[in-house]
Amino acid sequence: MTHSANIESGSLSRENVPGGVYITGYSIFRNGAIEKDDHLVWKEASAQHTDDFLVSAYRQMGLSYPKFFKMDNLSKLGLLVSENLLSGTDLKERYKPDEISVVFANASSSLDADQKYFDTIKDIASPALFVYTLPNIVIGEICIKNGFKGENAFFVFDKFEAKFLHQYVQTLMQQNTNKACIFGWLELMGDSYEAALFLLEKDVADKTNPFTLENINKLYS
Amino acid sequence: MEKLMADLKAQIIQQLNLKHLKPEDIGDDQPLFVEGLGLDSIDALELIVLLQQEYNIKLTNADDGPKVFQSVRTMAEYITANKPA
Repeated sequence: MTHSANIESGSLSRENVPGGVYITGYSIFRNGAIEKDDHLVWKEASAQHTDDFLVSAYRQMGLSYPKFFKMDNLSKLGLLVSENLLSGTDLKERYKPDEISVVFANASSSLDADQKYFDTIKDIASPALFVYTLPNIVIGEICIKNGFKGENAFFVFDKFEAKFLHQYVQTLMQQNTNKACIFGWLELMGDSYEAALFLLEKDVADKTNPFTLENINKLYS
Repeated sequence: MEKLMADLKAQIIQQLNLKHLKPEDIGDDQPLFVEGLGLDSIDALELIVLLQQEYNIKLTNADDGPKVFQSVRTMAEYITANKPA
Protein backbone atom coordinates (compact mmCIF):
# COMPACT_ATOMS: atom_id res chain seq x y z
CA MET A 1 0.00 0.00 0.00
CA THR A 2 1.35 3.39 -0.90
CA HIS A 3 1.70 6.30 1.47
CA SER A 4 -1.17 8.17 -0.19
CA ALA A 5 -3.33 5.09 -0.08
CA ASN A 6 -2.64 4.84 3.64
CA ILE A 7 -3.77 8.41 4.10
CA GLU A 8 -6.87 7.88 1.98
CA SER A 9 -7.91 4.97 4.12
CA GLY A 10 -7.03 6.76 7.35
CA SER A 11 -5.28 3.61 8.44
CA LEU A 12 -1.86 4.95 9.40
CA SER A 13 -0.65 3.16 12.47
CA ARG A 14 1.88 4.23 15.07
CA GLU A 15 4.57 2.25 13.30
CA ASN A 16 4.19 3.63 9.80
CA VAL A 17 3.64 7.36 10.26
CA PRO A 18 5.98 8.97 7.75
CA GLY A 19 8.52 11.27 9.36
CA GLY A 20 7.21 10.52 12.84
CA VAL A 21 4.66 13.32 13.17
CA TYR A 22 2.53 13.37 16.33
CA ILE A 23 -0.39 15.31 17.72
CA THR A 24 1.04 16.71 20.96
CA GLY A 25 -1.89 18.88 21.95
CA TYR A 26 -5.26 20.20 20.91
CA SER A 27 -7.59 23.00 21.86
CA ILE A 28 -11.32 23.23 21.19
CA PHE A 29 -13.63 26.23 21.64
CA ARG A 30 -17.38 25.64 21.13
CA ASN A 31 -20.71 26.29 22.85
CA GLY A 32 -19.12 28.64 25.38
CA ALA A 33 -16.61 26.02 26.51
CA ILE A 34 -12.82 25.87 26.27
CA GLU A 35 -11.16 22.45 26.15
CA LYS A 36 -7.50 21.51 26.17
CA ASP A 37 -6.29 17.97 25.63
CA ASP A 38 -9.61 16.39 26.55
CA HIS A 39 -10.05 18.51 29.67
CA LEU A 40 -12.67 21.20 30.15
CA VAL A 41 -10.70 24.34 31.02
CA TRP A 42 -13.58 26.77 31.42
CA LYS A 43 -17.21 27.23 30.45
CA GLU A 44 -19.00 30.55 30.09
CA ALA A 45 -22.66 29.71 30.39
CA SER A 46 -24.03 33.24 30.33
CA ALA A 47 -22.34 34.76 27.25
CA GLN A 48 -24.99 34.85 24.53
CA HIS A 49 -22.92 36.74 22.00
CA THR A 50 -19.55 35.88 20.49
CA ASP A 51 -18.18 39.33 21.42
CA ASP A 52 -18.96 38.72 25.11
CA PHE A 53 -17.61 35.17 25.09
CA LEU A 54 -14.30 36.20 23.50
CA VAL A 55 -13.69 39.03 25.97
CA SER A 56 -14.69 36.81 28.91
CA ALA A 57 -12.34 34.09 27.69
CA TYR A 58 -9.49 36.61 27.28
CA ARG A 59 -9.93 37.75 30.87
CA GLN A 60 -10.40 34.22 32.19
CA MET A 61 -7.16 33.13 30.51
CA GLY A 62 -5.30 36.00 32.20
CA LEU A 63 -3.85 37.33 28.95
CA SER A 64 -2.29 40.77 28.65
CA TYR A 65 -2.16 41.69 24.98
CA PRO A 66 -3.89 45.05 24.38
CA LYS A 67 -3.87 44.54 20.60
CA PHE A 68 -6.46 41.81 21.18
CA PHE A 69 -9.19 44.44 21.55
CA LYS A 70 -8.47 45.92 18.13
CA MET A 71 -8.77 42.59 16.31
CA ASP A 72 -11.78 41.29 14.45
CA ASN A 73 -13.62 38.37 16.07
CA LEU A 74 -11.98 35.72 13.87
CA SER A 75 -8.53 36.91 14.92
CA LYS A 76 -9.61 37.11 18.56
CA LEU A 77 -10.88 33.54 18.40
CA GLY A 78 -7.72 32.29 16.68
CA LEU A 79 -5.47 34.04 19.15
CA LEU A 80 -7.34 32.65 22.16
CA VAL A 81 -7.50 29.08 20.84
CA SER A 82 -3.81 29.13 19.92
CA GLU A 83 -2.85 30.60 23.31
CA ASN A 84 -4.81 27.84 25.02
CA LEU A 85 -3.15 25.27 22.77
CA LEU A 86 0.37 26.57 23.41
CA SER A 87 0.01 27.18 27.15
CA GLY A 88 2.45 25.02 29.05
CA THR A 89 4.47 24.14 25.95
CA ASP A 90 8.06 25.12 25.21
CA LEU A 91 7.52 25.37 21.46
CA LYS A 92 9.47 28.59 21.04
CA GLU A 93 12.47 27.20 22.91
CA ARG A 94 12.53 23.94 20.97
CA TYR A 95 12.12 25.21 17.43
CA LYS A 96 13.41 28.06 15.30
CA PRO A 97 10.77 30.57 14.15
CA ASP A 98 10.84 29.30 10.55
CA GLU A 99 10.35 25.69 11.66
CA ILE A 100 6.80 26.36 12.96
CA SER A 101 4.01 26.49 10.38
CA VAL A 102 0.33 27.40 10.67
CA VAL A 103 -2.49 25.93 8.52
CA PHE A 104 -6.14 26.83 9.11
CA ALA A 105 -9.46 26.28 7.38
CA ASN A 106 -13.01 27.48 7.87
CA ALA A 107 -16.34 27.87 6.07
CA SER A 108 -17.09 31.59 6.40
CA SER A 109 -13.70 32.98 5.44
CA SER A 110 -13.58 36.59 6.77
CA LEU A 111 -17.25 37.26 6.04
CA ASP A 112 -17.94 38.41 9.63
CA ALA A 113 -15.40 41.23 9.27
CA ASP A 114 -16.34 41.82 5.62
CA GLN A 115 -19.95 42.60 6.57
CA LYS A 116 -18.92 44.93 9.42
CA TYR A 117 -16.57 46.75 7.03
CA PHE A 118 -19.30 46.97 4.39
CA ASP A 119 -21.58 48.63 6.92
CA THR A 120 -18.99 51.41 7.46
CA ILE A 121 -18.76 52.15 3.72
CA LYS A 122 -22.19 53.82 3.93
CA ASP A 123 -20.50 56.55 5.99
CA ILE A 124 -16.69 56.62 6.08
CA ALA A 125 -14.89 53.32 5.47
CA SER A 126 -13.05 52.09 8.55
CA PRO A 127 -9.32 51.36 7.97
CA ALA A 128 -9.21 49.29 11.16
CA LEU A 129 -11.96 46.99 9.88
CA PHE A 130 -10.58 46.88 6.34
CA VAL A 131 -7.30 45.30 7.46
CA TYR A 132 -9.21 42.25 8.73
CA THR A 133 -11.11 41.57 5.50
CA LEU A 134 -8.99 38.52 4.63
CA PRO A 135 -9.19 35.20 6.49
CA ASN A 136 -5.43 34.69 6.71
CA ILE A 137 -4.96 37.84 8.81
CA VAL A 138 -5.64 35.70 11.89
CA ILE A 139 -2.58 33.62 11.02
CA GLY A 140 -0.54 36.83 10.82
CA GLU A 141 -1.78 37.92 14.26
CA ILE A 142 -0.81 34.58 15.81
CA CYS A 143 2.59 34.61 14.09
CA ILE A 144 3.28 38.19 15.23
CA LYS A 145 2.31 37.32 18.81
CA ASN A 146 4.52 34.23 18.90
CA GLY A 147 7.27 35.12 16.43
CA PHE A 148 6.48 32.23 14.08
CA LYS A 149 7.90 32.59 10.57
CA GLY A 150 7.17 29.21 8.96
CA GLU A 151 4.85 28.24 6.12
CA ASN A 152 1.20 29.22 6.40
CA ALA A 153 -2.03 28.66 4.52
CA PHE A 154 -5.74 29.29 5.02
CA PHE A 155 -8.32 27.16 3.18
CA VAL A 156 -12.06 27.70 2.87
CA PHE A 157 -14.35 24.63 2.80
CA ASP A 158 -18.02 24.05 3.50
CA LYS A 159 -17.05 21.85 6.45
CA PHE A 160 -13.97 20.55 8.26
CA GLU A 161 -12.24 18.54 5.52
CA ALA A 162 -10.01 16.45 7.75
CA LYS A 163 -8.78 14.28 4.90
CA PHE A 164 -7.57 17.16 2.74
CA LEU A 165 -5.99 19.01 5.66
CA HIS A 166 -4.29 15.86 6.90
CA GLN A 167 -2.79 15.19 3.50
CA TYR A 168 -1.70 18.82 3.03
CA VAL A 169 -0.12 19.11 6.46
CA GLN A 170 1.49 15.67 6.16
CA THR A 171 3.21 16.80 2.97
CA LEU A 172 4.22 20.05 4.64
CA MET A 173 5.72 18.23 7.62
CA GLN A 174 7.80 16.02 5.34
CA GLN A 175 9.81 19.08 4.39
CA ASN A 176 12.88 19.31 6.55
CA THR A 177 12.25 22.94 7.39
CA ASN A 178 8.98 22.16 9.19
CA LYS A 179 9.27 20.63 12.65
CA ALA A 180 6.04 21.82 14.23
CA CYS A 181 2.66 22.91 12.92
CA ILE A 182 -0.52 24.41 14.33
CA PHE A 183 -3.41 23.34 12.16
CA GLY A 184 -7.16 23.00 12.34
CA TRP A 185 -10.61 24.50 12.00
CA LEU A 186 -11.39 28.11 12.87
CA GLU A 187 -14.97 29.01 12.02
CA LEU A 188 -16.76 32.19 13.07
CA MET A 189 -19.76 34.04 11.70
CA GLY A 190 -21.79 36.38 13.86
CA ASP A 191 -22.74 34.61 17.07
CA SER A 192 -21.79 31.20 15.72
CA TYR A 193 -18.26 29.92 16.24
CA GLU A 194 -16.35 26.67 16.57
CA ALA A 195 -12.62 26.09 16.63
CA ALA A 196 -10.38 23.06 16.96
CA LEU A 197 -6.63 23.54 16.66
CA PHE A 198 -4.00 20.81 16.86
CA LEU A 199 -0.31 21.05 17.66
CA LEU A 200 1.88 18.73 15.60
CA GLU A 201 5.52 17.95 16.27
CA LYS A 202 8.14 15.64 14.85
CA ASP A 203 10.12 13.06 16.79
CA VAL A 204 8.74 13.77 20.26
CA ALA A 205 8.90 11.57 23.35
CA ASP A 206 5.12 11.39 23.72
CA LYS A 207 4.01 9.15 20.87
CA THR A 208 0.46 8.66 22.17
CA ASN A 209 -1.30 10.28 19.22
CA PRO A 210 0.32 9.76 15.80
CA PHE A 211 -0.81 12.31 13.23
CA THR A 212 -3.39 10.19 11.42
CA LEU A 213 -6.76 10.95 9.92
CA GLU A 214 -8.27 8.50 12.37
CA ASN A 215 -6.83 10.37 15.35
CA ILE A 216 -7.92 13.76 14.04
CA ASN A 217 -11.48 12.50 13.76
CA LYS A 218 -11.27 10.81 17.14
CA LEU A 219 -10.05 13.92 18.97
CA TYR A 220 -12.38 16.35 17.17
CA SER A 221 -15.82 15.00 16.49
CA MET B 1 -11.01 72.73 26.21
CA GLU B 2 -11.39 70.35 29.19
CA LYS B 3 -14.80 69.16 27.95
CA LEU B 4 -13.44 68.69 24.44
CA MET B 5 -10.48 66.63 25.72
CA ALA B 6 -12.81 64.44 27.81
CA ASP B 7 -15.02 63.86 24.77
CA LEU B 8 -11.97 63.04 22.63
CA LYS B 9 -10.73 60.42 25.09
CA ALA B 10 -14.07 58.62 25.02
CA GLN B 11 -14.22 58.87 21.23
CA ILE B 12 -10.67 57.56 20.80
CA ILE B 13 -11.47 54.54 22.98
CA GLN B 14 -14.63 53.87 20.98
CA GLN B 15 -13.16 54.46 17.52
CA LEU B 16 -9.95 52.54 18.12
CA ASN B 17 -11.49 49.67 20.10
CA LEU B 18 -9.33 50.33 23.16
CA LYS B 19 -11.79 48.59 25.45
CA HIS B 20 -9.09 47.78 27.99
CA LEU B 21 -8.77 51.51 28.72
CA LYS B 22 -10.95 54.08 30.48
CA PRO B 23 -10.92 57.78 29.57
CA GLU B 24 -9.07 58.59 32.79
CA ASP B 25 -6.26 56.23 31.73
CA ILE B 26 -5.33 58.61 28.92
CA GLY B 27 -3.34 61.68 29.98
CA ASP B 28 -4.00 65.05 28.36
CA ASP B 29 -0.37 65.30 27.21
CA GLN B 30 0.42 61.57 26.93
CA PRO B 31 1.91 60.68 23.52
CA LEU B 32 -0.66 58.75 21.49
CA PHE B 33 1.88 56.76 19.47
CA VAL B 34 4.80 54.45 20.23
CA GLU B 35 5.82 54.87 23.85
CA GLY B 36 2.50 56.44 24.87
CA LEU B 37 -0.74 54.65 24.04
CA GLY B 38 1.09 52.48 21.52
CA LEU B 39 -1.11 53.38 18.57
CA ASP B 40 -0.03 52.33 15.06
CA SER B 41 -0.43 53.54 11.47
CA ILE B 42 -3.94 52.06 11.12
CA ASP B 43 -4.95 53.89 14.29
CA ALA B 44 -3.67 57.12 12.71
CA LEU B 45 -6.09 56.57 9.83
CA GLU B 46 -8.89 55.95 12.31
CA LEU B 47 -8.09 59.23 14.07
CA ILE B 48 -8.41 61.02 10.72
CA VAL B 49 -11.81 59.35 10.27
CA LEU B 50 -12.77 60.42 13.81
CA LEU B 51 -11.96 64.08 13.05
CA GLN B 52 -14.09 63.89 9.92
CA GLN B 53 -17.04 62.03 11.47
CA GLU B 54 -17.28 63.82 14.80
CA TYR B 55 -15.99 67.31 13.98
CA ASN B 56 -16.37 67.61 10.20
CA ILE B 57 -12.68 68.43 9.87
CA LYS B 58 -10.66 66.99 6.99
CA LEU B 59 -6.94 66.68 7.58
CA THR B 60 -5.80 67.52 4.07
CA ASN B 61 -2.09 67.96 4.72
CA ALA B 62 -0.51 64.65 5.79
CA ASP B 63 2.51 66.53 7.14
CA ASP B 64 0.26 68.00 9.86
CA GLY B 65 -0.51 64.50 11.24
CA PRO B 66 2.42 64.05 13.64
CA LYS B 67 1.78 67.43 15.26
CA VAL B 68 -2.01 67.13 15.40
CA PHE B 69 -2.00 63.59 16.78
CA GLN B 70 0.80 64.08 19.28
CA SER B 71 -1.61 64.01 22.24
CA VAL B 72 -5.25 64.55 23.19
CA ARG B 73 -4.41 68.18 23.95
CA THR B 74 -2.88 68.83 20.50
CA MET B 75 -5.91 67.20 18.87
CA ALA B 76 -8.26 69.41 20.91
CA GLU B 77 -6.26 72.52 19.99
CA TYR B 78 -6.41 71.58 16.30
CA ILE B 79 -10.17 70.97 16.48
CA THR B 80 -10.73 74.30 18.25
CA ALA B 81 -8.71 76.14 15.62
CA ASN B 82 -10.23 74.38 12.61
CA LYS B 83 -13.82 73.53 13.51
CA PRO B 84 -16.26 74.82 10.88
CA ALA B 85 -18.32 77.75 12.05
